[in-house]
Amino acid sequence: MIADTLILIFLAIGLVFNALGVIGLLRFPDVYTRLHASTKATTFGSIFLFLGVVVFAISQYLGTSDSQYLMVITHTIIAMFALAITNAAGSHAIARAAHRNGQKPQQAVVDKLAEAGL
Amino acid sequence: MIDIFGITALLVILIAFGALVRLVIGPTVPDRVVAVDTINTLTVAVMILLGVVYQQYIFIDVAIVYALLSFISTLYVAKYIGGEL
Repeated sequence: MIADTLILIFLAIGLVFNALGVIGLLRFPDVYTRLHASTKATTFGSIFLFLGVVVFAISQYLGTSDSQYLMVITHTIIAMFALAITNAAGSHAIARAAHRNGQKPQQAVVDKLAEAGL
Repeated sequence: MIDIFGITALLVILIAFGALVRLVIGPTVPDRVVAVDTINTLTVAVMILLGVVYQQYIFIDVAIVYALLSFISTLYVAKYIGGEL
């Protein structure tokens, strides 16, 4: 009973943050703000979707004590760590490539990266 | 309980179509790369949710492999448009 409520809450949080990330991707003005919105919001939302799956597997394991649900729990947590680490590094690589490609932030006041000659 | 995961997977797919709009209309190349990166993240989530819906828990391993391979492709495209290859 409490597991069902927890799963609903986690899935709702995940859906709301994924939707906010994509709305930010559609409405922000330049590539850096779009990257900021979409990467952070979709990583957070996907982690909560995975937490919903983990809670579901824990409740099923406590009900049936079937050992395949232990595999579901560990592999979902592995996928969660892989996604959290690779999304941050990938967004860093995209932002650096966009700066090297000549993209300027809109309404930028100071660009210390270009002043340093990087 | 399984139905809720199915509905969530359907809604995440609908959200991914919003990122597809940015992929089509994005004015510059890095915008399109950001859109592809977002779609990859949502695809990993959909794979895990559908693995629970169809009771095929081996799909979760596919999601792990997809997350790592999409990271490699993102790094490759970022190196290319940054002029470092």
